[in-house]
Amino acid sequence: MGRVGFFTDTSICIGCKACEVACKEWNAVPDDGLTFTGMSYDNTVSLSADTWRHVAFVEQRRPLGHQEPGVGDMDFRWLMASDVCKHCTEAACLDVCPTGSLFRTEYGTVVVQEDICNGCGYCVPACPFGVIGKRESGGLAAKCTMCYDRLGDGQEPACAKTCPTDSIQFGDLDELRERAALRLDQVREEGIGSARLYGHDPDDGVGGMGAFFLLLDEPEVYGLPPDPVVTTRDLPSMWRHAGVAALALLAGVAATTFSWRRRG
Amino acid sequence: MSGQTDVRMDGSAEVRTDRQATPGSGGHRRERRPTQETFDSYYGLPVLNEPPWTEHDIAGYLFLGGLAGASSTLAAAAELTGRPRLARAAKVGALCALGGSLYALIHDLGRPERFVNMLRVFKVTSPMSVGTWLLTAYGPQAGCAAATDLAGRFPRLGRAATVGAALTGPAVATYTAALICDTAVPAWHEGFREMPFLFAGSAAAAAGGLGMLAAPPEEAGPARRVAVLGAGAECVAAIRMERRLGPLAEPLKRSRLLRAGEALVLAGALAGLAAGRRSRIASMAAGAALLAGSACTRFGIFRAGMESANDPKYTVQPQRRRQRELS
Repeated sequence: MGRVGFFTDTSICIGCKACEVACKEWNAVPDDGLTFTGMSYDNTVSLSADTWRHVAFVEQRRPLGHQEPGVGDMDFRWLMASDVCKHCTEAACLDVCPTGSLFRTEYGTVVVQEDICNGCGYCVPACPFGVIGKRESGGLAAKCTMCYDRLGDGQEPACAKTCPTDSIQFGDLDELRERAALRLDQVREEGIGSARLYGHDPDDGVGGMGAFFLLLDEPEVYGLPPDPVVTTRDLPSMWRHAGVAALALLAGVAATTFSWRRRG
Repeated sequence: MSGQTDVRMDGSAEVRTDRQATPGSGGHRRERRPTQETFDSYYGLPVLNEPPWTEHDIAGYLFLGGLAGASSTLAAAAELTGRPRLARAAKVGALCALGGSLYALIHDLGRPERFVNMLRVFKVTSPMSVGTWLLTAYGPQAGCAAATDLAGRFPRLGRAATVGAALTGPAVATYTAALICDTAVPAWHEGFREMPFLFAGSAAAAAGGLGMLAAPPEEAGPARRVAVLGAGAECVAAIRMERRLGPLAEPLKRSRLLRAGEALVLAGALAGLAAGRRSRIASMAAGAALLAGSACTRFGIFRAGMESANDPKYTVQPQRRRQRELS
């Protein structure tokens, strides 16, 4: 099987959160609080060690196509989007993991091996999307596995399986990219000029995302970074700077000691 | 962004201000920051997840690792120029700082009993992996150097270990800059050009301070000069970094810890140079100020990074600026 992925078409998300529930159920992800946040219908706040699918709710004073449900003209639209780990082509979490716990699977996804992770937490600030987290119970890193155990059995991930509108689509990544391009044209023709794809481009800062999106507004409105770049792109330069600094430290100590040798 | 739900069955669209929940009243994970900037965010929430590192462990390690590495180099320089008491002080200081470093690093793990899993692989893409192997090479040499010096036995082995620790020490002191810069944390990542020099300077200042604190003034000449050089390098690197980062330097410029760190290392270095030769007490006070200043700097850098990770402004705005510049 080649590289698989998610295409999340937010234009048909209805905010039912079935993906969040199915993910929790299938992967036995612990409860992390269901409280009133005041952020529209959102009560899981953001992706974390214990939230692998997160549905964002954004209320805006803008009209949206022909969605008025018979209550007269509205200048209001409600954006909903189910966010998930992007399974980046160039994955910073995987690059910086010092134990080899994070690895690339045969499906092109990025998965944490629980029995190897020692909870150093380096992957957490490495992720440019704020996806992976460190679990308070157990102290290990955790994130979406794209249901690695289901893929081996020929099953699609739990969230895609349960999504009632097919807002979450699972499949071969290349095929999903073609489908997304067609869908974008269709949505734009319907009059939603603000629609755009996010994460579909293999030339972006993370080499293309294994999970990409059709959004109806700027990425940051949904809590996504507008132009993320994998931090390890700059690592060769970082090593050069650190190496020069180390040599400078060595030379500095030597110079200040040996050149004053006689004067003490 | 508007958070106003004003859809009503009668079709009117007036805003009813009296029935809106206060955003954040039910928040349970992180503090939300209201912002007045003209950029969009998801309810002012951070884009990034905050590094799960505890401050006293990791900022403390940045300080102790620097102190250990630079002290080992100073120890070898002192030994080779016939200053045995300064050499011994620096070796013992390096070993103690190394012990503290290892404790902090292991203590911060989610599963400390699995720390040996770090030795499964060597990954040049992971500064933490490289650092683990650096410490594995450096640690035994620093330990051997201190032990043979204190015991007064195996002088040749001791000399070899001293020189070995002196050569690996600077790498231990500066790789930590790559460690924190190789993240998506904006203030750390974008400062990657200056951070290793800032850390090298801060490490040299701390090692010089330790030498002045623990060795008699007549032998502490190299410690005083290393402290001056380190303090100068640290301050120059900090100024350059703040200039280059532009708006992203706000958390650094706001940091009282960083200002205190600069003031303490400069005061300590200059006081050591002026009075450290004549007075043991002045030398010790200056040394203590240098150590405190170096620690303040590391904690300041740590906190500024955390602040930049927790405000979506520092993630979104630089990325937007970069996009505008490219297009």
